[in-house]
Amino acid sequence: MSDTTETGPMLAADGTPLKVSLNRALRRQKLRALALIAPLLLFVLITFVVPIGSMLFRSVENEIVRDTLPKTVAALKNWDPSLHELPGEPVYAALAADLKVAVEEKTHTKLGSRLNYENPGMSSLFRQIGRSVKKWDLATDAPFKEKFIEANKGWGDFSTWRTLKTYSPAYTNGYFLNAIDFEKGPDGIRQREGNQKIYVTLFIRTLWMALVIMGSCLLLGYPVAWLLANLPNKTANLLMILVLLPFWTSLLVRTSAWKVLLQQQGVINDVLIWLGFISDENRLVMINNQFGTIVAMTHILLPFMILPLYSVMKTIPPSYVRAAKSLGATDWTAFWRVYFPQSIPGIGAGAILVFILSIGFYITPELVGGTQGVFISNRIAYHISSSLNWGLAAALGTILLAAVMLLYWAYDKIVGIDNVKLG
Amino acid sequence: MSKLPPYASTGQITWYYSFRIICALIFFFLIAPIIIIIPLSFNAEDFFTFTRKMLSLDPEGYSLKHYQDFFGNADWTRPLTNSLIIAPIATLVSVSLGTLAAIGLSQSHVPFRRPIMAILISPMIVPLIISATGMFFFYAPLGNWMEANLGMSRDFVGYVKVILAHAVLGIPFVIITVTATLVGFDRSLTRAAANMGANPVTTFFRVQMPLILPGVISGALFAFITSFDEVVVVLFVGSATQKTLPWQMFIGLREQISPTILAAATVLVVFSIALLTTVELLRRRSERLRGMSPS
Amino acid sequence: MKLTKILVAGSALALTAGSASAIDLTLVSWGGAYQASQQKAYVEPYVAEHPDVNIIWDESSSEAVAKLRAMNEAGNVTWDLVDVTIADAMRLCDEGLAMEVDIDDVAAPAPDGTPASEDFGDLLLSECFIPEIVYSITFGYRNDVAAWNGATPTSVCDVFDTKKFPGKRSLYKGPLYNMEWALICDGVPKEDIYTVLGTDEGVARAFKKLDSIKDQVVWWSAGAETPQLLADGEVVIGSTYNGRLFSVIAEQHQPVSMLWDAEIYDLDGWIIPAGLPEDRLKAVKDFLYFATDTQRLADQAKYISYGPARKSSAPLVGKHAELGIEMAPHMPTDPANATNIIMMDFPWWSDHRDDLDAKFQAWLAQ
Repeated sequence: MSDTTETGPMLAADGTPLKVSLNRALRRQKLRALALIAPLLLFVLITFVVPIGSMLFRSVENEIVRDTLPKTVAALKNWDPSLHELPGEPVYAALAADLKVAVEEKTHTKLGSRLNYENPGMSSLFRQIGRSVKKWDLATDAPFKEKFIEANKGWGDFSTWRTLKTYSPAYTNGYFLNAIDFEKGPDGIRQREGNQKIYVTLFIRTLWMALVIMGSCLLLGYPVAWLLANLPNKTANLLMILVLLPFWTSLLVRTSAWKVLLQQQGVINDVLIWLGFISDENRLVMINNQFGTIVAMTHILLPFMILPLYSVMKTIPPSYVRAAKSLGATDWTAFWRVYFPQSIPGIGAGAILVFILSIGFYITPELVGGTQGVFISNRIAYHISSSLNWGLAAALGTILLAAVMLLYWAYDKIVGIDNVKLG
Repeated sequence: MSKLPPYASTGQITWYYSFRIICALIFFFLIAPIIIIIPLSFNAEDFFTFTRKMLSLDPEGYSLKHYQDFFGNADWTRPLTNSLIIAPIATLVSVSLGTLAAIGLSQSHVPFRRPIMAILISPMIVPLIISATGMFFFYAPLGNWMEANLGMSRDFVGYVKVILAHAVLGIPFVIITVTATLVGFDRSLTRAAANMGANPVTTFFRVQMPLILPGVISGALFAFITSFDEVVVVLFVGSATQKTLPWQMFIGLREQISPTILAAATVLVVFSIALLTTVELLRRRSERLRGMSPS
Repeated sequence: MKLTKILVAGSALALTAGSASAIDLTLVSWGGAYQASQQKAYVEPYVAEHPDVNIIWDESSSEAVAKLRAMNEAGNVTWDLVDVTIADAMRLCDEGLAMEVDIDDVAAPAPDGTPASEDFGDLLLSECFIPEIVYSITFGYRNDVAAWNGATPTSVCDVFDTKKFPGKRSLYKGPLYNMEWALICDGVPKEDIYTVLGTDEGVARAFKKLDSIKDQVVWWSAGAETPQLLADGEVVIGSTYNGRLFSVIAEQHQPVSMLWDAEIYDLDGWIIPAGLPEDRLKAVKDFLYFATDTQRLADQAKYISYGPARKSSAPLVGKHAELGIEMAPHMPTDPANATNIIMMDFPWWSDHRDDLDAKFQAWLAQ
């Protein structure tokens, strides 16, 4: 075609085709946006996402067995646990050699603690054998099989060896199985016995209680947010101080204040007795149970519900409700059919915020929850700071995090994270 | 809810007043725990209990000793100073990085917007105890490296670690509040500024910043309070030199129950009431000066 | 000889420290009145002599094992001297997290020249452990409970008797102490407790006994909880450290009394974290040598009712520094209080703690 230059692509001022120029502008815009985001993204990735990731990686990592007992793990390779026979002398000899080194480095007790999570009793087995092995001479004291069993008959127990064999690979799904109340039995994976099943119940309880807390926050937060949004600014701002004040008071202090209020000899019970509602013998039990956790956490999280609700309600023009009423709607219809639907983004934002924050809580439930009002996070904290079972803590944390991510994703799809407003 | 119209029915009037009573009760629920701690902080005994003497308003039941302890004892003044060092710097870090990123995120064409947003929000949704341990294992070697290679002192590195950790925790709040204000931001204003020859930096500080300032301030307040009230992460990441106020309160609750933590809380409550009221008064004054009627 | 060595080391240290900057020592303890007694009895006199040493307290002893493990793994041990119970000390020692020490090298001999190893005697239960105090876990009860009709608990088994002594109890949120008491009150002779507890049937038996009061128990995990619960009247009887009860009764004048029956002896002392750099180790050893001598241990008993770990300190225990009351009758080691005591079998616990902890937590969660 000869007349391309005349009818060809439109040109920008500098002579480049408009499409190219626009594309370039778009790319520049994208780059500029990314350049603005990059410092923070890098900061969060490096100082938060990667550390959390490596922490969660502990839920599958299991190199301790291989590292502590390399020879034994190699020797156990040819041992078939399905035959239900004890391993032979070479395995025991290898174990003696490994333990000799481990006792020197004091790593056998750590291994014992690790295996104890899977098979209670392994910890004492390793601690005791450590003291015996110290006295043995590897060159002259063979054979070791009898010596081991003589030192502690646990070493002649088939299940001890099965545990060692099962957990010799460098990676394990054992922690995750444990986190959902399963274990590796002799014939494959099976459910744990009744008295060791706690985690599924705890997960369900966590979700259930978070739902209840979310519900009560909504119930209490909605009227207050409505009032704040519809009062003259002057009054609303003063009342807002009442909402923000608890926020500025330490969480620990608020929790202890609830203790003072809710306990059996506490303020609420005293007032109820004084009013004659209950007798001194029948003081209400409101703490160290689920009720205590729900009340205290509702209180702590209520501002997180009120603020997003308020900021959404602020944008709803009052004329809509008036219009509905002038068209003959009753107060209720006007609220339910006109006002309420417009406040849903606020409900969504507040609800998800409260829900997500509440399933991660652990200090408040720990202080007021007793044994029945605690969350899965309390177990995670327990495994991190008391039982030192970090693998299980990481597995529980991963599951919890996955649940939260799922919620977040659903929320983002339905409401959009941009619509969350915090005052 | 403005005023009741003169033609309101009895039902409407009843509802109007019962609604107000319900709201009053909810407000009472919100501040009841705070009301409770104030008298308890004047307890003459070392327990969180209303003693008989206190109930009968006997002056002997009350004392200022917990306040003396709070203001005079290095066990409390040092953590207070630490908190006042750590929280503002952490807030500054998260607000400056967070505001920039929020502006970036609010541009019309951002690749991978959703995953980026998810990552930036993550510090809020990961359970704290997991964050605390994860960060501990990250910051410990980082601190060692800084001590060995940058010649920083152990104390200084400790502060840096806690500040960075707290800054990360504050970021989601900044991102959320600032993006929310930017949603309603009229982009033609920046374009107009650019048209008139302002460079991007001037545009940002003279045009965009004043308009999104409320969002930035409320983000900053959230970030500040996150750091100022944070106890789980600092217990792991910090060392005893960086003991913060919540840390000291946590010990106070766990090892020796002492109403000093209530005195501390009362002081903070009074301080925040003063702060919030000042902000409100300033706001009203500026509205009056600008000739805006408080709607 | 050793003394002069230490003195030389100490003065050399003082010289280098004087020329350099001040030394920060981070001591880890339990907070509260106990830490205050350490501050007054050890730290204040030490700092008066060594103004260049700056002592920083970290109240993390209750999580010492977890934290030290994490610090060790991360290669960043920020603690210099850690106050732990003997059970934790054994565990830390077993795992190589605490430094093994020669007691005669780190602790001064008694004033009469008796070496430290003899002065501490059979309290030296671990190579890493430098004992400080003997304390006991025992019960305190409200002495104004109307529902008891004037009866007062006299035996530890009254804790399990909810008919005669109705009301809530507070117990430690772990198997320690509770398992022993449950078995004793289930009829196991004192000397057989640990043999029985070593079997699955014994553990089941203890849990069954605890089941009988489970719905009446408030579980505590920090030492401050039982005193607060007793003072509030939230519980009518509860276990805790005897020093805490002393403070509730003698210092706070609460209507609470002590039950000196079947109290369980426990030990508390110092460990040095493994792998300290040379200069910090030197400073720590110098402080430790001072803080564990006969006079210092006896001084500590002026502030808190725990028995000093050295035999030579016992005669020096005097009156309470502020209240002026004689401290000896409030010590767990006083013969009148020690009529029926349980010696905790520490090695047994260090072997079985992991197992029983797991079982106890599962039992608790049911």
